[in-house]
Amino acid sequence: MAQITTVISKFYNEYQTKTTKKLKVIDAYLFYILLTGIVQFIYCLLVGTFPFNSFLSGFISCVSCFVLGVCLRLQVNPENKTQFYSISPERGFADFIFAHVVLHLVVMNFIG
Amino acid sequence: MVQAGSKKSPISKINSKAGISSLIIFVVLLLAWIAGFASRLFAVIRFESIIHEFDPWFNYRATAYMVKHGFYNFLNWFDERAWYPLGRIVGGTVYPGLMLTSGSIHYILHLLHINVHIRDICVFLAPVFSGLTAISTYFLTKELWSAGAGLFAACFIAIVPGYISRSVAGSYDNEGIAIFALQFTYFLWIKSVKTGSVFWAVAASLSYFYMVSAWGGYVFIINLIPLHVFVLLLMGRYSNRLFTSYTTFYILGLIFSMQIPLVGFQPIRTSEHMAAAGVFALMFAVGILRYLQNMMTKSEFKSLVIFGGLASAGVVFLAVVILTYAGYVAPWSGRFYSLWDTGYAKIHIPIIASVSEHQPTTWFSFFFDLHVLVATFPAGLWYVIKNINDERVFVVLYALSAVYFAGVMVRLMLTLTPVVCILSGIAFSGLLELFLREDDVYHNEDSEEEEHSTPSKRLYDKLPKEAKSKLKSGKSVGNVKTPTPQVVGRVQKMKHEQSKESDGIGPNIRSVVTVVILLLLMLFAVHCTWVTSNAYSSPSIVLASYGSDGSRQILDDFREAYFWLSQNTDDDARVMSCFSNSCCIRVGLRLSNSRNGRNRTTLVDNNTWNNSHIALVGKAMSSNETAAYEIMTALDVDYVLVIFGGVIGYSGDDINKFLWMVRIAEGEHPKDIRESDYFTEHGEFRVDSEGSPTLLNCLMYKLSYYRFGELKLDYRTPAGFDRTRNAVIGNKDFQLTYLEEAYTTEHWLVRVYRVKKPDEFNRPRIPVANRVVKSPSFVSKKSTKRKKGFHKE
Repeated sequence: MAQITTVISKFYNEYQTKTTKKLKVIDAYLFYILLTGIVQFIYCLLVGTFPFNSFLSGFISCVSCFVLGVCLRLQVNPENKTQFYSISPERGFADFIFAHVVLHLVVMNFIG
Repeated sequence: MVQAGSKKSPISKINSKAGISSLIIFVVLLLAWIAGFASRLFAVIRFESIIHEFDPWFNYRATAYMVKHGFYNFLNWFDERAWYPLGRIVGGTVYPGLMLTSGSIHYILHLLHINVHIRDICVFLAPVFSGLTAISTYFLTKELWSAGAGLFAACFIAIVPGYISRSVAGSYDNEGIAIFALQFTYFLWIKSVKTGSVFWAVAASLSYFYMVSAWGGYVFIINLIPLHVFVLLLMGRYSNRLFTSYTTFYILGLIFSMQIPLVGFQPIRTSEHMAAAGVFALMFAVGILRYLQNMMTKSEFKSLVIFGGLASAGVVFLAVVILTYAGYVAPWSGRFYSLWDTGYAKIHIPIIASVSEHQPTTWFSFFFDLHVLVATFPAGLWYVIKNINDERVFVVLYALSAVYFAGVMVRLMLTLTPVVCILSGIAFSGLLELFLREDDVYHNEDSEEEEHSTPSKRLYDKLPKEAKSKLKSGKSVGNVKTPTPQVVGRVQKMKHEQSKESDGIGPNIRSVVTVVILLLLMLFAVHCTWVTSNAYSSPSIVLASYGSDGSRQILDDFREAYFWLSQNTDDDARVMSCFSNSCCIRVGLRLSNSRNGRNRTTLVDNNTWNNSHIALVGKAMSSNETAAYEIMTALDVDYVLVIFGGVIGYSGDDINKFLWMVRIAEGEHPKDIRESDYFTEHGEFRVDSEGSPTLLNCLMYKLSYYRFGELKLDYRTPAGFDRTRNAVIGNKDFQLTYLEEAYTTEHWLVRVYRVKKPDEFNRPRIPVANRVVKSPSFVSKKSTKRKKGFHKE
């Protein structure tokens, strides 16, 4: 157990030092979305999922925002430059916007 | 042909230019499209521009309704004519993609003031989409291998019979557009795996959305792509590109697919879709671990991974199992089980097994549908496995799973066909690259494809081509005199090759191999055209038979009967028939409908959503006349229609399909109907005098063979000889109490009976002599006031 706490503290330190500011912003966004998702999940456990399509569209839009955020983070991260050689950060952001437009059109349709 | 050849001789000189190669690609794809379109038109040319079978007719009817009343009314449409007396909610029980596609084409054409009737759009939709399929196959193969292989694949899929069988003009069915959607989704998926771009992943999920709206086969995609990802993970080929493309595709595809009313919440409720969700979670787990791995040293990481990995895998597995048991996730549906265990459907869901396209595939039909591609496809698979990379893993998995499924069900040949075309394209391209390796390799392949992609021309072109190939085989001797430009081009090439003999393959071998390949491709094209024209291009309502002198005779009994029905029955008459044939009824009625503006109600149609209803009809057909009459009055039937092939030897008639009816009825009414009653003691299904008494007295038997005992077909055979089953029927003289023969067509193919009303058979028949005619009504003039009688003077 002690080993794990040391590991975590070390991880935290490395994160603080190594991660660039841009990525930290994205991480904050991801954390916020994670919280939203958890709140929705707790709500559904407590109250129920009665308008099921509304619940689903809310929850799935949350998950997909998270997914798209993670994808953006991966593409923007300079460490992954070798893997995404054809995608510049700007292109990544444009894709992100495009995916969000498509996603939210569908979510609005589905939410009922 | 000559033109194409002459176009090419200057090409070889300026081959290096990219513009030329794209021109060639464009021309080849265009030719493939035209060839594919043209070879699907046999039915339209031979008969008329009509829609063929039941399902297409239903789709057409729905489309026409949608065009007339608008999309929202279509979604809420309740069709009371189908499935009498239940009716059918159409909007919620169809995949609307097909109707939307043709509806929007219709809309656009009308915006441009091109007034095309919606029927013509429906008839020609499948051939047009086959061209799009060819193009998307080209792109897919290009991503997987090379442009040359892509051209081969595009040309193959344009004319391969396995695909034509579902997309001839007039077969207006989901599969026609679904294969295009399938190929296009796979192309976009491969593209997104290659680049890792979110854009391509979103495009893939949009295309997946189209596929979901078009065909139930979307389940194949949503299982194959996760399988691909999973196998890549097992092979240790995880990359961030894979992560971005799969997670984006899955989550968007999930919410898109739930927009289709028929699919609804299934993607999160049924087990078929759970694999995708599991892989999604797995990707996240792997992604997080990878991220942590970058941040930590190895030993620290190891302890975390082992702990975390085991825990998360266990949790996911348990969650799925618990959810399944708790009823949140439906277990796999029956159709799905029947894919794993071929005997399953036969035992549990006879209605599915009864459809002939759900039977296991025979070797014959593999060859029939794919011809030489069956042989070359493993070669392509081998090439791919030898030079494996991320996206080629996909095509390997696609090939293996499709081969398995195609072996299980005839119907799934359709999913096998595209991958066979892709892999054969790769194989041919690999072979030619080996044997024609020089500067103009590229151009050479294309020339063959152009020849190849015009199968209809090819038929007329057979002779010169053979001459040409002979010339080529004689080329090593060196006497070539024909001045056809194409041949000249080849000769130049051969000389060129001779100078480059150092790579070990002699010119003789080269030319022999080239000629053999050309011959194979030519045979393939001829076979495709032949199969298309003979097997797949006849509307099922018109039977064609060949006389001993090879002439074509057309038996138009079905249309004759339907015309009779439409002329002689009331508007709201209800016709009962065996489920496999009512498809034809609707067709016929529609046919005559277009002329008379009439419509009839069918009791049961091809669609299988209501088992008990079908079972009731099956029970009516398989019980004796009295019991059947009760059911028929309960269902409010006016006419009964049977298909009988005993006169002309048509094997697809109702007696041959009768056992399925019995099995379905037995599934729902095990007390009244037992399958074993219909067999003899030796377990045979016989209609002659040794047949079981239950069979010889059931309604289906009586309706089929009524008055058949009096008919003498031939001088050599006794009266009542059934040509289909080669037997003299067992029960010859019988009368029908509750029904009467209303109409029988020329070749006895369709027999229509009228169900008598109760007052018609309850009273004994009185001979004419004894009949008393009622006197005209006499009104007495007596009243209460005048009680006294008086005499007339």
